Amino acid sequence: MAEKNTLKTYDINQYEVQKTNKVLKVLIYIGLVIWALIDLFPIYWMFTFSLKNNEEVYGANVMGLPKNWLWSNYEKALTTGNMPQYFLNSVIVTVAAIAISLIAALMATYALTRIVWKGREMMNAFFMLGITIPIHSSIVPIFITLSKLKVINSYWSLIIPYSAFSLAMAILICTGFMNDIPKDLDEAAYIDGCTLWQTFIKIIVPLMKPALATISIYTFLQCWNELMFANVFISKKALKTLPVGIQALSGQHTTDWGPIGAALVIATFPTLIVYIFMSKSIQESFIAGAVKG
Amino acid sequence: MKKNKSKILMVVLFLLPALLLFIGVLIAPIIMSVFYSFYDMKSISLKGADFIWFGNYKELFTSGSISFWKALGNSMLLAFLSVFLQLPLSLGLALMLGKGIKGERGFLSVYFMPVLISTVVIGQLWRKIYNPDYGILNAVLGLLGIADKMPTGGWLGNEKSALWCVFVPTLWQYVGYHMLLMYAGVRSVSPELREAAKLDGATDAQVDWYVVIPSIKPILRVSVIFAVTGSLKSFDLIYVLTNGGPFHATEVPSTLMINMLFERNRYGMGSTIAVMMITLCFAFAILISAAFKERENYGRKKHTEDI
Repeated sequence: MAEKNTLKTYDINQYEVQKTNKVLKVLIYIGLVIWALIDLFPIYWMFTFSLKNNEEVYGANVMGLPKNWLWSNYEKALTTGNMPQYFLNSVIVTVAAIAISLIAALMATYALTRIVWKGREMMNAFFMLGITIPIHSSIVPIFITLSKLKVINSYWSLIIPYSAFSLAMAILICTGFMNDIPKDLDEAAYIDGCTLWQTFIKIIVPLMKPALATISIYTFLQCWNELMFANVFISKKALKTLPVGIQALSGQHTTDWGPIGAALVIATFPTLIVYIFMSKSIQESFIAGAVKG
Repeated sequence: MKKNKSKILMVVLFLLPALLLFIGVLIAPIIMSVFYSFYDMKSISLKGADFIWFGNYKELFTSGSISFWKALGNSMLLAFLSVFLQLPLSLGLALMLGKGIKGERGFLSVYFMPVLISTVVIGQLWRKIYNPDYGILNAVLGLLGIADKMPTGGWLGNEKSALWCVFVPTLWQYVGYHMLLMYAGVRSVSPELREAAKLDGATDAQVDWYVVIPSIKPILRVSVIFAVTGSLKSFDLIYVLTNGGPFHATEVPSTLMINMLFERNRYGMGSTIAVMMITLCFAFAILISAAFKERENYGRKKHTEDI
């Protein structure tokens, strides 16, 4: 339901209150452009110094485009800093967390929206608590439990917490989409002799593809950028994720800016690519999360 | 009857994965945190740890060396700045964008972009911006002819400037987030309402003030709650920029908690700070919601009296 409202709010350019006077309009444009520049300038600067040598960074050419584009900085970031490993770790953890939270959320939402039983509304409210619970609240007990189980320093020590903390949002988004699937389909399947499980697998899951994209993006952003758990639960170099890896890398190369810039760009790149292609659905998933949370 | 039983079984089966994750990772740990906060734990084991009732809480509130009040004060100051600088800025941008301007979507996408970038990347980037020797901030100030404004110790190294310098990247990153929420709200205000106000001779500013802002109150409430609880929980950026220093100038509860846990091995005290953070987050969320309700009711009453 939340989804629908947000979609509607975007459908706008049809009303005719354009009588805003011209001077005001120019001022508005100036304001908007100034903030856009403030937003873009640090990012632009990051891209440029990732391609510069120290001489340029340190004064010869602080703000301009690099004079000779030093792609070797990227080579350095990729070879000396263990970046490919961090990148791969981030991919493994993120993909696994997305898969687990998706499966759990799809199943739970099916039980919450398509099967009629007492207490399902209460159960839904219970899951929605998860949107408000801060990730910090569980760090000590999870750390202690994982240490005792000897699974600290493993992918699982991140995958499980990440999928759990993405779950509430995933269920929320799923509910919106699943409510849009007509109930007649379930009944038809039931008459044809499908069990609940078969209906779920054969009818509902295939129709939930758009929801899967939205949930995956949201979970991706949460997991890809997470620092606190990754920092505390992983100390083995071979298992570190990108945010922790970049922290470590910056500690090692404090004077050589180019490779650090390159590492920052490499870490940001996947996010920006996803954003360019799906900016609208990303924005909508954030709005949905806020409106309900 | 048999049918019913199998239905219940199916419900349980469908809910099982989600419930296991949810209870195991979110609910049980909160209860365990409260439990641990009553113990003087020096290691990850409860063996040999003394049950000290509210001893940790007492120490947290009274000890000068832990500097919990300083940390709380800092996060409250960050919350205050977010609510009174960041949110008005976001609202301004949302209102301007909401006027049906060309290139609206482009602006929106640019403003939202920093929200998606990892806080570690943003922290490292701003460390470079603030760098005392080669940072772009000093270079820009130099161009403006006010080069010597940097405080002693560097932007992030000076006790007085550090907290402000930590706030600026937060503002920079999250203005776009609040702007997006508010923009969605602004866009959902019915065009008829705006047009009616305009026909009655209202200026743009009046339409925004009397029509648009009152109708996006629910979203403003959400934004205020996020800004305040976000400041209470803030960790990543401060950890990357200053790790609470210099001399606790940028200490916040979460950096203090991590420090207790992994520098001093005080798991009981770390849990105590975690419990305080959850309690404060929920308390503020409830207080802010109540404050907004109060004002809504107040506004309504006044309105009927006017008529």
